[in-house]
Amino acid sequence: MTGKVLGIVGRVYLALILFFLYAPILVMAAMSFNASEFYQLPFAYSGEWYERLWSNRAILSAAWRSIWIAFVVTGIATALGTAAAIALFRYDFPGKKVLRALLFPPIAIPWLIIGTAMLIFFFGIGLGRGTPTVIIGHVALALPYVIVIVSARLATFDATLEEAARVLGASPWQVTKRVTVPWILPGIVAGGLLAFAVSFDQFVVSYFLSEPGDATLPVLIYTSIRKGFTPEINAISTLIIAVSMSVMLLAARYSNFGGER
Amino acid sequence: MAEVRVENLTKTYGPLKALDAVTLDFRDGGFFGLLGPSGSGKTTLLRAIAGFVIPDDGRVLIGGEPVERVPVEAREIGMVFQSYALFPNMTVADNVAFGLDVRRIRGAERDRRVKDVLDLVQLGDLGQRKPHQLSGGQKQRVAMARAIVTRPRVLLLDEPLSALDKALRVEMQVELKRIQREVGITTIFVTHDQEEALTLSDEIGILRNGRLVRHGPPREVYNNPRDAFTARFLGEANLFSGSLEAGGLRLPDGALIPGATTAMVAVRPENVQVSASEPSGPIRLRAEIRRRIFAGAMGTLILDRHGEPIKAIARDSEFAELPDNGRVWLSWREGSAIPVENAPN
Repeated sequence: MTGKVLGIVGRVYLALILFFLYAPILVMAAMSFNASEFYQLPFAYSGEWYERLWSNRAILSAAWRSIWIAFVVTGIATALGTAAAIALFRYDFPGKKVLRALLFPPIAIPWLIIGTAMLIFFFGIGLGRGTPTVIIGHVALALPYVIVIVSARLATFDATLEEAARVLGASPWQVTKRVTVPWILPGIVAGGLLAFAVSFDQFVVSYFLSEPGDATLPVLIYTSIRKGFTPEINAISTLIIAVSMSVMLLAARYSNFGGER
Repeated sequence: MAEVRVENLTKTYGPLKALDAVTLDFRDGGFFGLLGPSGSGKTTLLRAIAGFVIPDDGRVLIGGEPVERVPVEAREIGMVFQSYALFPNMTVADNVAFGLDVRRIRGAERDRRVKDVLDLVQLGDLGQRKPHQLSGGQKQRVAMARAIVTRPRVLLLDEPLSALDKALRVEMQVELKRIQREVGITTIFVTHDQEEALTLSDEIGILRNGRLVRHGPPREVYNNPRDAFTARFLGEANLFSGSLEAGGLRLPDGALIPGATTAMVAVRPENVQVSASEPSGPIRLRAEIRRRIFAGAMGTLILDRHGEPIKAIARDSEFAELPDNGRVWLSWREGSAIPVENAPN
């Protein structure tokens, strides 16, 4: 009896969580297809806001910036993160435990704090604001995610396989390419997708580190909202959510979070 | 093919001496069994020959050449691991071809060599399987095929049969020996199973606490273990010690073992004769029966002599007339008492 009640309570709870998570998004997505500029009902379908988006040069160029920066960041963070994870797996060196422990706090530190610290630091070393700074900042944010995910996959890897490959005549590089990487590939893909999401969705650090006029998409949306909220923002936001959710679903598929399927 | 020699090989891990000045020759084409309790250094010795362990002192020579500057991948060694270490993402054929692929041996030559070696280990038609679709014995054969397809100079086997059940292990011992004979490769084999070492090896070496205590052909080492540790480790042995006299070895209770020339002798359980009546020969010891163990054709008696356990093994029928408890006589034929040195710890 109590089991049944708890079961119902549990389902209601889950439904509420999903409702509060997704209702705002669904409303926004619906309004991006509504003809009325002032969110008036009844709903009348219109593709106008998406058409306007297509002719809005500021939004298009910010979107393009966000996308190419995310690709560059994904490439760098995935390569560096994978190499770091393999090194942490393969070699013992003094300070290894400390280094491993230092990888986690950046994930927990608020981005606002990291952004402020990065701004001070990049001005301090004379690099200032700009696209290279944004890329370095994004790579620094994404790197721990890649290392953690690839390391988790490596934990299931049998190190004897590397010895077997060595003894069969494979150089350390051939061992990595033919034995280690094929095994951890799902982790590398998942880490890469997360790195993409971290960069593409990044607002705070991008806002602090980009030069005025060189905004990424989230920064542009923020500044536009301050000027006035238009349904165009709904349209571009809906697109961003579609991209981000696809990326995260792919990452979840590869990294097995949510358990073994 | 090549002979292997280790000279004065020493390796320390903190306070632990894994290898302590081991010098040993492995004959070209021979099958050498390294035997010892766990932690005796046998696996460290094997890994030093492979190049995974860098010795603190001493050197390894393969085919007469010192290899300390030769990395693992250039030592031309075949190795079979305890866990087999088959690449899970590759088919059996690709696993076997791995050593050929990294040597850039391609096309018809590659395919022919893979096919030949799979035929040799009798897995001709399983080339397209993945490792997880194989039984333990089949994995063992794939690991063996992968190790020899590159025609290495030396084959190293690290407890290769320990993951198999007993019946399969015996079958694979025969297989291993057949393959090794056909290929004629110098093979060094680590095991903690003494029966396996005696069955397979042309020569065995016994390690204890990082030191080589005894080596030689299995029969010679078994019949003349020389020290108490080897006598007890290789097979089983009842040890008798006392003081040496002109007539033989005087035991603490006054009994005499005539003809003995050392302060300690070992007698194999299968050589101990147990009787209810006093034996006529010169060797006569008293003992109490403690336990009888029936194991099919053979029986084991556990006896007690002044607190020292003594073991006797014979056909169970020979023990039939003995009482379940009580005093009996022990004897053995002269020559069954092997002189041994007391092993220092």
